[in-house]
Amino acid sequence: MQTEAAEVLRGIRAGIPVAVGYVPMAMAFGVLAAQTGLSVLQAGGMSLFVYAGASQFAALGLLAGGASALAIVLATLVLNFRHFLMSVALSRRLPRRREGHPLYPVLPFVLGFGITDETFVVSSLEERLTIRYFLGLIVTVYLAWLSGTLVGAGFSSLIPPVIARGMGVALYAMFIAILVPGVRKSVVNGLVAVAGGLLAWAASLAVPALPPGWRIVIAILAASAIGALLGGEASEEAAREAA
Amino acid sequence: MIWAMIGGMCLVTFLPRAIPMVLGRGVVLPAWIRRWLSFFPYAALGSLIFPGILTVVEGRPWIGLAAGAGAALLALRARNAIFPVLAAIAVAVSLQLATGA
Repeated sequence: MQTEAAEVLRGIRAGIPVAVGYVPMAMAFGVLAAQTGLSVLQAGGMSLFVYAGASQFAALGLLAGGASALAIVLATLVLNFRHFLMSVALSRRLPRRREGHPLYPVLPFVLGFGITDETFVVSSLEERLTIRYFLGLIVTVYLAWLSGTLVGAGFSSLIPPVIARGMGVALYAMFIAILVPGVRKSVVNGLVAVAGGLLAWAASLAVPALPPGWRIVIAILAASAIGALLGGEASEEAAREAA
Repeated sequence: MIWAMIGGMCLVTFLPRAIPMVLGRGVVLPAWIRRWLSFFPYAALGSLIFPGILTVVEGRPWIGLAAGAGAALLALRARNAIFPVLAAIAVAVSLQLATGA
């Protein structure tokens, strides 16, 4: 029991830097949702049920532009397809469930619901990844996203713009902080990340209308292929774990 | 109309996230696919950091870059990501204030 609670706690701790990044973003979403004419309930409902930052913002923009519900749903599908790839990769890394546990049948759905760009990179680079760690992580950041939305929609942003913009750097800093140890482990990891960034950038320059989700899809597929071709120790290790 | 839209958005977000978790975990994949998948997090990280970090403060891309460099330096020492994150926020806020909010 002791170690099980400790696992959850480890996940919660890993979620705190992500939560710091989510709160100002969710508040900004809440404020914008209220300005677009959504009620607090609708804004909160979107964060509660959809739980996908980029597509929630896109939905507001499309709503304001008079798009149909169907068009917005399709745009969401396109934007969030990258999470399919992330879910495939993460499903190989998570330990097998223990059959017979009462939550066994619903667990994969809960794990899948919790996948975001941030929870994917944090958990898949965690060396001691367990189900409880992942649950602690996803519940922490989900609550941050939800509460930030409600506060933003209900009270408009309580954070001064200079601070909010400053907090906007939080997720990037978190990404960098988990990238650095990986690069120290193997240069190939760093090369793949650089290739991913450059490919995403090149894709956005080449096709300005490309939705940001597809920038990431292209970068993931192509840059990872470069890594797989170059090989390297870290990948062998991860591949063994994934097996 | 809004709630129908939210329901649809929920479905098309949830299904791609959940289906691999439900179906994929027991499937045995060839080694080259496993190697390819193992690099997904690093490729995703690169595309999430760049070019987005340039847009943290509109019109002043160097603020995001400086804050990111600070985070990278701290990340060489810190075990938890929270210290690099707080430091980067401090850098981004003070650089904005120093250069006229």
